[in-house]
Amino acid sequence: MTTVYDDLSDAEAGDVPVNRIRFTINGKKKVAEVEPRLLLSHLIRRGLGLTGTHMGCDTTNCGACTVLVDGRAIKSCTMLAVQADGHEITTVEGLATASELHPLQEGFKQEHGLQCGFCTPGMMMAAKQLLDENPAPTEEDIRWALSGNLCRCTGYQNIVKSVLWAADKLRSEG
Amino acid sequence: MYPSRFRYEAPRSLDAAIALLRDGGEDAKVMAGGQSLVPLMKLRFASPDLIVDINNVPGLAYHRQDPDGSLHVGALCRHAELERSALLGRAHPTMAAAAPLIADPLVRNRGTLVGSLCHADPQGDWASVTMALGGSIVAQGPAGRRTIPVADFVTGPFQNVLGPAEIAVEAVIPAAQGTRSGGYLKLERRVGDFATVGVAVALETSGTVVIRAGIALTGVGGSTIAAPEAERALVGQPLSADAIEEAATAAAAAARPKTDHRGSAEYKRHMVHTFVTRILSRTEPLAERAA
Repeated sequence: MTTVYDDLSDAEAGDVPVNRIRFTINGKKKVAEVEPRLLLSHLIRRGLGLTGTHMGCDTTNCGACTVLVDGRAIKSCTMLAVQADGHEITTVEGLATASELHPLQEGFKQEHGLQCGFCTPGMMMAAKQLLDENPAPTEEDIRWALSGNLCRCTGYQNIVKSVLWAADKLRSEG
Repeated sequence: MYPSRFRYEAPRSLDAAIALLRDGGEDAKVMAGGQSLVPLMKLRFASPDLIVDINNVPGLAYHRQDPDGSLHVGALCRHAELERSALLGRAHPTMAAAAPLIADPLVRNRGTLVGSLCHADPQGDWASVTMALGGSIVAQGPAGRRTIPVADFVTGPFQNVLGPAEIAVEAVIPAAQGTRSGGYLKLERRVGDFATVGVAVALETSGTVVIRAGIALTGVGGSTIAAPEAERALVGQPLSADAIEEAATAAAAAARPKTDHRGSAEYKRHMVHTFVTRILSRTEPLAERAA
């Protein structure tokens, strides 16, 4: 991956610190050269072109940029890209296979878990961690797990139903 | 938003991290979970020249109880570990009550208790919890290790006593002399917001008699507030409705709330009284059962 930096035409411009990192994203191994101040969300969206991860508030509030790092749901706007070195990242693009939607994606479709869709990738990634750890969550468990993700359209009701649907589907698939 | 430019190092030992900090001087900063530091850097409230990321330092991700009964929380122990901890659920009711109320689940997956204490936000939840429990911070620097009581650790908003080359390596909660009870209650407008009011209560009882009481308040002043008068109202006797009322009144008097968008000063003071009463009233039957 090539990163293009702004030429600030000052004394520092020739001395941009760059770190080389190796990481895995959606099962694929990658190498990147990143400036330490690059955020993980920017590496994912701009560096890798995976624009399913949305930038909402950019202030650690909304959870739209949620991805999994080593299976844990985190806000990618609040982690440095350079900290991904040696770690495994999963974004919303990593959920589906070539032919089939992930049960979470199917659930959001079946239960109408989205309206504008902006928060949806973050919701699904936070729900992914929950279902990985707790295959039979209650409605309360789901609301608790998604409490760091904001939705301004749905009132959350159908999002909770979507995750319950996905949990049922995953259990029935064994 | 981007932070301003900085150099980044991720050393693999504490000694290497301390050496980097020593060479980096005043403008070097330690990063653990980064859940406060990264937002501050993005807003350019903080512009360190050097970030020393300690996430690759082995042996800091623990929380454990030593044989002497003291609880140790390492610098890389995430809030989420404490939220799920069977040990806390069993033996540390005030800590266990607070862990799920820190920020939101996504932040809890990455943020750390020790980092939160170092950040020294006057609105921080862990500061009042660890203060009520009489906790301390262990710092390691070029001159070795030292232990600093939480009550002496913070010198002002976002300021602590650590030297430029010192790293807070763990928080310690001392062993209980009696049976622990207590809790943490937090009033927040929505998940992830700072506390409108937070109250930490940590009791130790022997039989029915309270032998130690710690009460500390979040969000009702320019710093974490200890409530020693309220503590004195409880120690040396069994919990009674009168003692609880006296403690709640003293805690409310210790609060220094300001009216802001989260509520009026009067409302916040009232909530301190309510929360102290609620935690202690819930504690009462526990203490009786222990007898």
